[in-house]
Amino acid sequence: MTDASADRVTGPTPDTAIRDAERQDGPMLAADGTPLKSALGKALRRQKLRALMLIAPLLLFIMVTFIAPIADMLFRSVENDIVSQTLPRTVVALDDWEYDSGEVPSEEVFEAFARDLAIAAERKDHTRLGSRLNYETTGISSLFRQSGRGVDEIGEPQMDALEELNEDSIEPFAWAAFMGTEDWAAEVEAWDADQQGLAPVFRPNNEAVAAFPETVQLYSAYAETARIAEDSAWDEDPFPIVFHVFAQELAEADPARLADIPGPAGLDLVAAREAIAALDIPSTRDAFLEIDEDWADPEVWGTIKAFSSPYTAGYYLAAMDLAKTPAGVEPVDEDQRIYRTLFLRTMVLSLTITGSCILLGYPIAWLLANLPLRTANVLMILVLLPFWTSLLVRTSAWKVLLQQQGVINDILVWAGLVGDGSRLVLINNATGTIIAMTHILLPFMILPLYSVMKTIDPSYLRAAKSLGATNWTAFWRVYFPNSVPGIGAGSILVFILAIGYYITPEIVGGTKGVFISNRIAYHISSSLNWGLAAALGTMLLALVLLLYWLYDRMVGIDNVKLGG
Amino acid sequence: MKLTKTLMASTALTLAAGGAFAEAHVEMANDMTLVSWGGAYQASQQNAYVEPYLEMNPEVTATWDESSNEAVAKMRAMAEANNITWDLVDVVASDAIRLCDEGLAMEVDHDELLAPGDDGSDPTDDFGDLLVSDCFIPQIVYSTTAAYRNDVEEWGGEVPQDICALFDLETFPGQRTLERRPINNMEWALLCDGVAKEDIYDVLETEEGQDRAFAKLDTIKDQVIWWSAAAEPPQLLADGEAVIGSSYNGRWFSAIEEQDQPISMLWDAQVFDLDGWVIPAGLPEDRLARVKDFVRFATDTQRLADQAAYISYGPARMSSAPLVGDHAELGIAMGPHMPTAPENSQNVFVYNYEWWADYRDDLDAKFQAWLAQ
Repeated sequence: MTDASADRVTGPTPDTAIRDAERQDGPMLAADGTPLKSALGKALRRQKLRALMLIAPLLLFIMVTFIAPIADMLFRSVENDIVSQTLPRTVVALDDWEYDSGEVPSEEVFEAFARDLAIAAERKDHTRLGSRLNYETTGISSLFRQSGRGVDEIGEPQMDALEELNEDSIEPFAWAAFMGTEDWAAEVEAWDADQQGLAPVFRPNNEAVAAFPETVQLYSAYAETARIAEDSAWDEDPFPIVFHVFAQELAEADPARLADIPGPAGLDLVAAREAIAALDIPSTRDAFLEIDEDWADPEVWGTIKAFSSPYTAGYYLAAMDLAKTPAGVEPVDEDQRIYRTLFLRTMVLSLTITGSCILLGYPIAWLLANLPLRTANVLMILVLLPFWTSLLVRTSAWKVLLQQQGVINDILVWAGLVGDGSRLVLINNATGTIIAMTHILLPFMILPLYSVMKTIDPSYLRAAKSLGATNWTAFWRVYFPNSVPGIGAGSILVFILAIGYYITPEIVGGTKGVFISNRIAYHISSSLNWGLAAALGTMLLALVLLLYWLYDRMVGIDNVKLGG
Repeated sequence: MKLTKTLMASTALTLAAGGAFAEAHVEMANDMTLVSWGGAYQASQQNAYVEPYLEMNPEVTATWDESSNEAVAKMRAMAEANNITWDLVDVVASDAIRLCDEGLAMEVDHDELLAPGDDGSDPTDDFGDLLVSDCFIPQIVYSTTAAYRNDVEEWGGEVPQDICALFDLETFPGQRTLERRPINNMEWALLCDGVAKEDIYDVLETEEGQDRAFAKLDTIKDQVIWWSAAAEPPQLLADGEAVIGSSYNGRWFSAIEEQDQPISMLWDAQVFDLDGWVIPAGLPEDRLARVKDFVRFATDTQRLADQAAYISYGPARMSSAPLVGDHAELGIAMGPHMPTAPENSQNVFVYNYEWWADYRDDLDAKFQAWLAQ
């Protein structure tokens, strides 16, 4: 029977395969002839894949709701491409300018800036950039807002001069034909029939590119702006800055060549050149100084230059009470330093709160674990009850209790413990924060402690006592070491929750009891300085991870138990 | 140039046709999400113009979102996610300016969007200087003003006459309550340190001026409870926790008139501020059409005057002032309780938006650092 069946097997069996392998010195083969190693690997991979599919929803959920926001926060804390994107020409032109020279940048820089600003103002990007740079240097916000209005006047006189020569020469259609290809014009016409979607992208014609390269460049920026606004360059007036640049290129051009080029709406370019030469156009620098004399302040240009790279450490520096100034990294003025104090205070108060939670929670957890079940259950409900009340209500209740005309002070005065004139200040300071937050976070200490204490066998204590230990020794040498994992778990929970709290400190903390998270909230919702908020948040995260690591080194994370 | 000519002609034609087409066929969405502050203020909006509007347009539903407090941050988040769920947002003027700067609120043509005043005036004239931003559609004028307890024995019958009572610990001892931000407090400190009203912002621009304001605030620092929600000061005064402090005039009104607390208003040096609508940028056409229709109605002369029957904030239109009547429930005349009433506004500040837009971040950092010292 065995012989017969063995004969029927044509391929190698595991048995024969091992023998074969030994004989031939080749790879071990599975039943189907593939090498055993890869067959095993395949089976394992399939298993892993199946397991992965099971946790996939959770993994995806965590990626989307947890990892991605944190990654986004990390990215925001260094991201700074708004300057180089809004002012590309200026950033390049500023390369040759040094802040240390103390001089106002050259005409070339102002020229580049006028073009950038005119386009940005049309796209309404300049005020955004202004508020961004205002975080660094006070006053830039309104400087940009005003200059965005004023920049429209650069190019106006040239426009008027051209209009005087030929009324149609500044009209949108004349310029579209002057700058663009005929194909583009045809496409626009087709698009214009139903105006579905955005207008076709502008394409410059070769003659225009050859004769007026910079004008074409600016005109295409204008055409793109019109296109994004769901308009077409055929209907919208070109920006005055286009005429400003056009006039410059006209002045530089060779008059002999100009005669051969048809201008917009048939404008005689030679005559236009003369008309513009007759104008008294101030330099672009003077035009900007006219709008606001702050443009002569190297500080403004230094700030633009210092923040021109797409990534910046500026937010982190600000989060450490340092400032990235044009002259380099400097500590901020003493009267503005706040973040180090707040970080330190957040740490100290959170540790204090954790400590007082241990002191208050330990006896309660012990009671819960050792009372008869019925009584313990009632007590447990009392512990859990605050969870069912709104956080705001609980915090506001503390106001009523703790204020100087509040319940506690009234009782103390009534009992004669405190004079009416020297009522205790228990709220709107760090004391208020500690009291209210200890109360709010207490259940997070009691529950892990309770679940650990529940598992400590009472016979240990009896054994200790039967061996002659006093009550205290039995507790301290036997019971307490067994409950340490509960303290560890509770402390981590309470500390990490406390460090990120902001509603309670905001309400009861006054000025000396607010946390770093209150500042983060301010930057998120009021000042809109999300970069700084992200940097502060990242530092807080790093701090928590660091403390966690320290805790692991000192106590050991294996020593933490949330239950049984 | 032939191409240009034909193109021009055809463009003009299609434009005209397209325009008419668009006018006739923009359908209005039937749902609106309005964002406001909750509480009594939102109720006044609901009563004065949302309900009447819904009665006129039964097919429309309006949903409130009480998120004005964090509107700026939320609108930025919505714009970044490209998912604008709000149609009309009630914000204070400084937030409107910030939203406009960030490109998050839509710029509007006030004369085109809003209804002319009942007296026939143009909206730009009717709202006048209150149009502080191209994106902002004002509704009310409110003020941050001081009030005091009128039964403090230690004061020996002295009654605060002007804002400097805040800084006068000798005549008016007791705890004060002020807002936990530099705005208003810095101005009051300088004013009471002898700076003329018109010079205040020039002085505050300088390092020495700021130090001077802080030095003045230093004199009362350990007697001040700093508030962050405007509901706190009336509670603090009602409990006797503080004896004098600042809050919004509407909050004081409700403590004094509705809850009968022994508190009196000190209108001196009240700071006018504005609250109004902004339309989020990038709304789809049908929703935008509905919002425009609603805003035109909600900010007309009568509606703004109606709102004053429910809350003691002044209507932003000049033409509404004569129409302000009695409180809807208390039955008292609202005119004398408006911050804009002549006897209340003998000495007022107008919040300098542009200045604070520049200096807010800088001074706030200094102010918080000063508080933490």
